Amino acid sequence: MTIKWNGMGEIHLDVLKEVGNIGAGNAATALSKLISRDIDMKVPHARIVHFDQITELVGGPDAVVVAILLHINGDVQGSMFFILNEASAKELVKELLPTNDQTPNFTDLEFSALQEIGNILIGSYLTSLIDFTQLNMYHSVPSLAIDMAGAIVSYGLIELSQVGDYAMVIDTSFLDGSKEVEGHFFFLPDPESLNKIFRALGVPLDECH
Amino acid sequence: MNVIKVGMADLNIASSPDRIRTVGLGSCVGVALYDKITKIGGLAHIMLPSSTLNKGVLNVAKYADTAIPKLIDDMVKKGADSRRIIAKIAGGAQMFSFSSASEIMRIGPRNVEACKEALRHARIHLNCEDTGGNWGRTIEMDCSTGVLQVRSVNNGVKEF
Repeated sequence: MTIKWNGMGEIHLDVLKEVGNIGAGNAATALSKLISRDIDMKVPHARIVHFDQITELVGGPDAVVVAILLHINGDVQGSMFFILNEASAKELVKELLPTNDQTPNFTDLEFSALQEIGNILIGSYLTSLIDFTQLNMYHSVPSLAIDMAGAIVSYGLIELSQVGDYAMVIDTSFLDGSKEVEGHFFFLPDPESLNKIFRALGVPLDECH
Repeated sequence: MNVIKVGMADLNIASSPDRIRTVGLGSCVGVALYDKITKIGGLAHIMLPSSTLNKGVLNVAKYADTAIPKLIDDMVKKGADSRRIIAKIAGGAQMFSFSSASEIMRIGPRNVEACKEALRHARIHLNCEDTGGNWGRTIEMDCSTGVLQVRSVNNGVKEF
């Protein structure tokens, strides 16, 4: 199956933006509760981008990032990343596990805290998507990696790369009040799943030519 | 000296004194080819093992079985002798560990295997490899010497 990117109009991108808005909005609320701080969310982007451009959203393929990945299964399949730079991840973890440790490395406990943060945030993102679309989705346990953005994000592109060199990315970033924490959600639905989302939201691709 | 960049699912060639680089190899495999007499080098950033997986418009640089022959071909057109070309490969990591080890999760090791198979098929000698593990790699070949530098976040810099 090939994706007809051409059949996709402004309305589809708007719908996906709304998906990102609702999902990340819920996740931001969850995060705000978790660390008892105000969280500002940026207006989400829904874009069709070339593989090489995806990593540019988080500082380039060489940038070291902390990423929590979950696979989405069910009616919709794909992957979801929650990506932070190292300083932001450190800051976030400090809120949960106060420490005097000034070293840039993460302890095992901090690793597991980050994994749990990712789990909670992506879980709330997904729950709101399920409510919104009435589609059945569930996610895998989280897996965490700290490495080059290119090496990490490419993993989420394996399915997509079999049909083309472009990915539909729903990107939402948020900042805490003092701008110390910046995080990105990437939702990368597998190609066959995109139209299911559109159909569930009343804007199937086929009828919009 | 210029640094020629190779993107994801992309390939290119370069010659001395230029360098050729690809950034952020995870489960992807970087295949660097070199002819030491003409000092022509080639680099491919391979994402998937086999073009039989392809469902859309074929990008030959994406698959091990199509990218390697194309890279050799491009180098030969530039004057390299395929009998002298040697290969160095890096990447093929498993970036994330999930308990359900489905085939798609094992994409790194499968990519490495497919690259070796394609090299054997093309009768190219595999000089060395830095593959596997669970970390990302950035690789750069100096076309004046054929030395391949492999950089990673936590495992330092190696030269082959």
